[in-house]
Amino acid sequence: MGYNQDPNVQPAALSGEVTMPAALAEVEPVQSVRTPAAIEYIATPGASLSAYLRAMKDKKILGDKCPVTGQVFVPPRGVSPVSGQRTTEMVEVADAGYVESFNITRLPIKSRPDLNPPYVSAWVVPDGANVGSISLVAGIEPEDVRIGLRVRAVWKPDDELEESAANILHWEPTGEPDVVLDDLRVIGKPGDAQ
Amino acid sequence: MVESTSDGVLRAPLTLEYPFTRTTGPVVGGFLTGLREGMVLGAKRADGTVLCPPLEYDPISSDPLTELVEVGQSGTVTTWTWNGEPRAQQPFDQPFAWAMITLDGADTPMLHGVFVDGPEAMSTGMRVSLQWKEEREGHIADIAGFVPEEAS
Repeated sequence: MGYNQDPNVQPAALSGEVTMPAALAEVEPVQSVRTPAAIEYIATPGASLSAYLRAMKDKKILGDKCPVTGQVFVPPRGVSPVSGQRTTEMVEVADAGYVESFNITRLPIKSRPDLNPPYVSAWVVPDGANVGSISLVAGIEPEDVRIGLRVRAVWKPDDELEESAANILHWEPTGEPDVVLDDLRVIGKPGDAQ
Repeated sequence: MVESTSDGVLRAPLTLEYPFTRTTGPVVGGFLTGLREGMVLGAKRADGTVLCPPLEYDPISSDPLTELVEVGQSGTVTTWTWNGEPRAQQPFDQPFAWAMITLDGADTPMLHGVFVDGPEAMSTGMRVSLQWKEEREGHIADIAGFVPEEAS
């Protein structure tokens, strides 16, 4: 006993088993506890992203065009990430493109009970855009998804469309030949003006 | 759900949540095991006094604390404050008191909610009784809160 004044002395290890009242001797011990931390916002998307979301309601995908390099960025943020310049021109890109990268998820996520593992999250680059964004790829076995796979958007039914990127349920294979790696090196790299 | 309001600005709720799970260790885990089984446990110190909620180490001597003992489910309010605007994750959806409550058989107070109609029903030294949730899982929220002893 006595106050330990030396900060370099390690605290004593637990010298023995923790003893419980006899009534609890046989029950399954609690070993973990849920401690979720949540921050709740009301999000407002800003001018550029608002235009993108409104176009989504008409099944159109809009991007911002960089005034310096001509590259097209989806989703649009109002500023070119390569030149830092404010963007002034929005262009429509196709609702078809290719898989630049992907991941197979095999474990469920509590907040997304609608996603049944295994499922594929992919970085999909729409035709006419210089970057991709994260999307689901379905209509194909996860093991058959590959870099360069050509895909097209599967939209919600027309009467369910709203101002939301969730209007694209997922992307499915088009059956076209894959985009080859050499092309990928040219397309979509920052600094390569189209 | 996206909302397009009369001012033309799009708005949508956005929840950023980290679904942490923490391991408890044997002492805090023992306390939570007790809650799940409808018992409140404290850690017994070398001088016989009881810390509730329990700590793994004695705050004065740094000695490990390994003996968990049951304490009472009624106690005394040692200090309190009124919470007029409860938030979503707090123990009660109507205004309530936060109170430090020293349970019978314990020598240190624990923080929890006391459910009364208003601050005039609260006083330091008042007696309160624990109210359990019907479904318990081994979490501090297994204790729904406390009510004045005569009302329990």
